[in-house]
This record gives sequence, C-alpha cells and structure tokens, in this order.
Amino acid sequence: MTKAAPPQSRRGGGTDRLPVPALSIAVIAIAFFSLPFLGLLWRAPWSKAWDVLTEESVRTALRLSIECSLWATLLALFFGVPLAWLLARVDFPGRSLVRALCTLSMVLPPVVGGVALFFSFGRRGLFGQYLDRWFDFRLPFTTRGVVVAQTFVAMPFLVLTVEAALRQLDRRYEDAARTLGGSRWYVFRRVTLPTVRPALIAGAVLAWARALGEFGATITFAGNFPGTTQTMPLATYLALESNPDEALILSLVLIAVSFAVLVGLRDRWLGGTGAAATR
Amino acid sequence: MTVHADIGIALGAFELQVELSVHPGEVLAILGPNGAGKSTVLRALAGLLPIDRGRISIDAAVLDDPAGRVFIPPELRPIGVVFQDYLLFAHLTALENVAFGLRSRGMPRAEAREVAHAWLDRVGLSDHASHRPRALSGGQAQRVALARALATDPRLLLLDEPLAALDAGTRTGVRRDLRRHLDSFDGMRVLVTHDPVDAYALADRIAILDSGRVAQVGTISEVTAHPRSRYVAELVGTNLVLGVVSGGVMTTSDGVHVVIADAQSGQSFAVIRPQAIALSRHPSPDSSVRNVWPGVVGDIDRLGDRVRVGFEGPIRLVAEVTAAALQSLDLRPGDAVHASVKATDIEAYLA
Repeated sequence: MTKAAPPQSRRGGGTDRLPVPALSIAVIAIAFFSLPFLGLLWRAPWSKAWDVLTEESVRTALRLSIECSLWATLLALFFGVPLAWLLARVDFPGRSLVRALCTLSMVLPPVVGGVALFFSFGRRGLFGQYLDRWFDFRLPFTTRGVVVAQTFVAMPFLVLTVEAALRQLDRRYEDAARTLGGSRWYVFRRVTLPTVRPALIAGAVLAWARALGEFGATITFAGNFPGTTQTMPLATYLALESNPDEALILSLVLIAVSFAVLVGLRDRWLGGTGAAATR
Repeated sequence: MTVHADIGIALGAFELQVELSVHPGEVLAILGPNGAGKSTVLRALAGLLPIDRGRISIDAAVLDDPAGRVFIPPELRPIGVVFQDYLLFAHLTALENVAFGLRSRGMPRAEAREVAHAWLDRVGLSDHASHRPRALSGGQAQRVALARALATDPRLLLLDEPLAALDAGTRTGVRRDLRRHLDSFDGMRVLVTHDPVDAYALADRIAILDSGRVAQVGTISEVTAHPRSRYVAELVGTNLVLGVVSGGVMTTSDGVHVVIADAQSGQSFAVIRPQAIALSRHPSPDSSVRNVWPGVVGDIDRLGDRVRVGFEGPIRLVAEVTAAALQSLDLRPGDAVHASVKATDIEAYLA
C-alpha cells in the first residue's frame, strides 16, 4: 500500500488542491460552524448533566420531541411523495404557483406559519371552528397540533428533494416496466420509488431534522404545555430564562441527537444517488 | 399470427407515416439513420406512444385504432421489448429483473423465480442470477434484457438497437449469440437498427425507413440486389443509376450514356456494384469494357484491407478496390482517374 500510494496521492493532490484564498475562506467557514459548539461544550456544567437528564420534565420533552418529529416525518412522506410526483410529472396550469405555495413555509419565519395555522385551524379559525363544532376535534394546544406545525414547516424539504430526483429519473425505465406488464401503480411502487430511494431518505432526514428543531410555529400554534406540547427546543428556550445550566444540557442533547443522525446517514444516503446506488 | 401496423404520428414538424406487416416466425429489421423514425415506430407498437392515425393489430386483436377509439396500454399488449441500453433495473438482481414481468402479472414469487431461473439458464447466465446489472458486461446485460422480455411469453418481440451499446470488439460475438437466441424464439420479431450489418446478420426481411416513410421493404437479397432509391442504394452500399433504357443503352437525366447488357426498355434502375468498378489513371484503348468515364478521385475510406474510393465524373460512383491496388495507383483525392465497368456487370431493372 505504501509503495503504490505516492504517485496516486501526488496526482490527486494536484487536481484537488484548492487555491489558497478559497481554502482559507473555507477554513473560516468551518470555524464559524464549529466555534459555537465549542463555546457550548466549554460552558456546559458537566457535573449537573446527570441530574438534568434524569429530570422527569426533560425526559418528557425529549420523548415528545422525538415522537412528534417522527410523526411529522411520516406525514411528510405520506403527503409529500405524491405531491412531489405531481409537481415533477404533471404539467398543469399554475404549477409554479402551486410549488411556491407548497414550499412557502420553508422560507417564512416559522412564527408566521404558526399564526397562519392558528387563524385557519384554531378553535375560532376559518376551518378549525367546524372541526371543533362538528367533530369535537381540536388542533391548537394539543400534541396533534405540534405534529401539524412540524409537518407544515418540514414537508417542503422532502417535497423539493424528491421532486428533483423524480425530474432527473430516466423515464425509459418506467417505460420498460410498463412493457413488462406493470400497471402505472405497480411501476410507481416497484421501479419509480426504489430508484429515487436515496432522495426519499435524504428528504425524510432533512424533514425530520427540521421538525425536531421546530420552535416558532409550534409555540405559536400549539403553545408550551409540559407533557403535551413542550418539545425540546421550547424547553431549552424557557430554561434559558430560569435555569441556564439546564438550557445548556438540553442544547447539547439536541446537538448530539442531530449530529449522530447526520453523521450516520450522510455517507450512505446524502452522498448523492450515485453513491447510494453502488451500495 | 401476423402483425399489421399502419402508423401515422405527428411529432411537431416530424411526420411519420409507415405501413408494415410482420409475418409469423420472421425477423423484420427496420433499418434507417438516426432521426428516420425507427424508435417512434417501436414505441407505437409497444404502446408507449399512441398513434394519431392508422391502426395496429396482432391477428384479430386491435391494439391501437384512434378512429375506433381503441387503445390497449403497454402493460396489456402481448409484446416484449429489449430496449437500447437494455434498461435493466439497477435495484434488482438479474433474476429479479427477469421475474419482474411475471410478478407484475401476479405470478407468485416462488413460481416467478423458478421461471426466471429457467430463462437465465437458457441464455447461459444462471451463474449470474444474484448479480446486479452493474456487475454484468454489455453482452450479459443484453441477454438478461432478452430473457426479461421473453419471460412473459410475448407474441411479438421488439428490439431497439440491441447492439449499439456494445463496443466493436464484443459486437461480433454478441451478434452471433443474439442470432441464436432470436432463432430459438418462434414468435414475430422486429429489430430496429441503423447498422446494415446487424440487419443482414439478424433479419429475414428489412424495411428501410427514410424521414418517416418506408423507402423499401423486402428480403435482404431483394433489397441489396434491387434498391429502388439512391438512399437505399447508399445504405446497402452500392451505386444506383436512374435513366431511360433503349437499345441496350441507358441515358440518365444528365445525358450520360451507360451501356448495359439487359434488353428491356423504359425508365429503369441500374445497379453498379462498387466491386465491379475498375479505376485506372489512363483509359486502355483496346479494352472490351464498354463504359469508361473520366473524372477525379473523391473521398477515400479504408475498410480493413478494402478501400472505398469516391469517383466524381459524369456520374458519381463509389468504387471498392484493395488497399494494394490503391497503393500501386497512388491515388489521392482530386487526382484525375478513369472509372470503367463492363456492361455485363451492370444489372438493370424497370423502375
């Protein structure tokens, strides 16, 4: 190995080396991302960590966060994949308007999204009043409301990722499957979805990460009730006022969970369709 | 079992109007350059592109008839397709690819795998059943694609440029294998290719397509011996002259005389095989050759030990000579040269 390495590394180094100005700017960017975490780690009251983590309220918030974000991811997959397919494949008038509408919540301040949800699905909202009156079904200030708020802001990430993959897909494979006797639905399940699987997973991870970190829409629409709507980001923010040490520990837990998932999935799934397909 | 297809399709400015029939047990090759509409014909037959006018039927079953509001979708047609680039599903193994058509028709998994195994065995790839398409060579992928298309027991097999994805080194062997596998399937087969060599090697009859129209249909020997347009002649690699014959002499529209041996009179074609044309720097005055034209050398193309030499004279011809002959004549593009053809080497037939 050591014998073969030098010529290869020399060749690779020649083509891959960035010009010095770009390299130094990239290093600054890396520092920009890592310094806040260093600050957090440095200030963390490690001695109190165990006490905080075993607190009932913290465990509840963590459990709620994980449950709600997973539900939001499932809903985003269930509704987002057909939506992505529609946007990618069906040429209807006003398609770009619909796409803009369905991805608006990605660029809106989440609080605005929460306000919008509140005035349509709140108890006095345009639709919410009927849900309440006819079905006795309430979204605001419930755990369901947390899931709705998270889905609202997280689904666009999945839709855009999957739509891009569906556009890039070589449709001749679907033609081939049709000539083999596959109905449109069978071909969609057996050829289209497996082919865009890397994008499905990447989109689901992005949506999940967004849902896990969701704060603004949740607190506006679902409120901040420990045990029903208080997720980790909410608990962290409130702890910052009363008990900064606890806020630090909670932040570290969120960081650890997110970082573990990103590192675990990145190489396998987020490296593009090519890397995933060689699996 | 017969396929009748009268296909009219308008794709923007391109218009396709093709009438074809495929007879039981035969291989029909659709031959033509890129853009002639070959793949469009194939897609229409497979049901991937509905036709605008005309009618497609297999025996008594109508597959597409816009006037009669009939359109059978591809998954319900008794047609198998081997696509260009084979299009094997990358997320499935070779075996699962072959079983795909059976599974989509509702065959239970175990039975489908068994049938697929038998097909892989038949194309000599049972050792590769668990391989992904990525791990197969071009020739192996082609055989998997063929097994996949045949596993559903179609009555018509369509092949789109089955050899175009292969490099020159493996083509000959794969072509021979393909011929063998095609022979073992007794349904009707339609092959689309831009390469006359593939058409000759694999087909019984050829239909030559030129910008959306059928230029000529016939057995290979008919078409090569009696091309009926300059386009077909060029495609099959021979020279065609059109003119009026009277008293053993053909006169072209440019007024050039070609002495022929055949006796019929009237508007005729004359085929002059490139191998029948002799090139010389000076005409020999005491020769028995009846046709001698002065001209200049055009393009020179080497094909192995043979050379195709363009001749620009009163008529344009392509002559085929050996590389050694070319070398001893020392001909270069632009050199003055004489082309001569014996009257008995020219075959004339009525237009």
